Amino acid sequence: MKEIKVLGPGCPKCKTTYNNVMEALKQTGIEANVEKIEDIMEMMKYDVLTTPVLMIDGVAKIKGRIADVNEIKTLLTQ
Amino acid sequence: MFDWLQNFADWLIYSFFGIPATTHLGEALNFFVLDTIKIAILLFLITILMGIVNSYFPVERIRNYLSRNKMYGLEYLFASSFGVITPFCSCSSVPLFIGFVKGGIPLGITFTYLITAPLVNEVAIAIFAASFGFKVTAIYVGTGIVLGIAGGFTLGKFKLEKHLTPWVQNIIAHAETEAELKEEKQTLSQRFPVIVKEAFNIVKGVSLYIIIGIGIGAGMHGFLPTGFFEHYINKGQWYAVPLAVLIGVPMYSNAAGVIPIIQVLVAKGVPLGTAIAFMMGVIGLSLPEAMLLKKVMNLKLIAIYFGTIAFFMILSGYLFNIIL
Repeated sequence: MKEIKVLGPGCPKCKTTYNNVMEALKQTGIEANVEKIEDIMEMMKYDVLTTPVLMIDGVAKIKGRIADVNEIKTLLTQ
Repeated sequence: MFDWLQNFADWLIYSFFGIPATTHLGEALNFFVLDTIKIAILLFLITILMGIVNSYFPVERIRNYLSRNKMYGLEYLFASSFGVITPFCSCSSVPLFIGFVKGGIPLGITFTYLITAPLVNEVAIAIFAASFGFKVTAIYVGTGIVLGIAGGFTLGKFKLEKHLTPWVQNIIAHAETEAELKEEKQTLSQRFPVIVKEAFNIVKGVSLYIIIGIGIGAGMHGFLPTGFFEHYINKGQWYAVPLAVLIGVPMYSNAAGVIPIIQVLVAKGVPLGTAIAFMMGVIGLSLPEAMLLKKVMNLKLIAIYFGTIAFFMILSGYLFNIIL
């Protein structure tokens, strides 16, 4: 099972990324643990500079911008 | 450069729709069409250009560079210039702040970056160029860079570390120079589609603000007489610039909505320096940002931070009024 993390302090961009992740999972039927990290102290453990960040299995795949549904689908099926 | 666009706007409003140029409505609509298209084109182009530059200098690399190199004061200039080329969203200001101090970058330099990044961004540059031309835009960008350096340098001299929240002080105590960045290499042709898509997203994201801003601007442009504000606001009033900044700071808008209005204020007689000071207050400092910064600094430091930047904004307003 994939581990997906969306890091961001709750700004609109971060929410959009989270919703896109959910949509991508629904469309592909892939099962994953999705975690939304909004606490800044928790976030800094991952050494992010720009938000939102999309992490899949511990690797930051997309930083500082919204990840769209198709992009996430590609990343998930890699 | 945009003559063809003016011709198009003239044709569309005066000939195609048949609204005479001598009417208020004709003048306002012409302005609206011209400005909207001009801003959209410039915004798209400048965002792509910034996207390309930025893909070579991502913020992680900049942080590591500043963290590893001591440059005898030049690092302020670097931090400020980097602030211009990196995209910035106020929700990233806290992670950025922590990320910088964690890499052992001095507080003053971190502040320099934090001042310039929101003040001079791709949206502000594009709309400034569309509204005021390239000369005023260059002066604005230059002032933004100097303001970041002066502000950060001053704040760095104040020894403000004790006003950071304890967990941030703890991070600073354990700061270490960042290691070389591990990143996947991508060619520009691989990145380009993403950059173009991002540019579209940015234009789309601010389009509503632009349209509202230009709408208000167009209304004033068409219906207020030239020199309307000269009576109320002029260079002779010493308090106009500080007042403009003080009013601007609590207002929260992005450059997209505010600059088209400022353009018309200037055309109708508000001194350019006063107008720019107001604009810097609106886009450079904001209450939501202050709320976010509370996570990393105490209220006193936020007040010092805002006060110092506001002071330099007022100073640049006066300077603009003298030289322009």
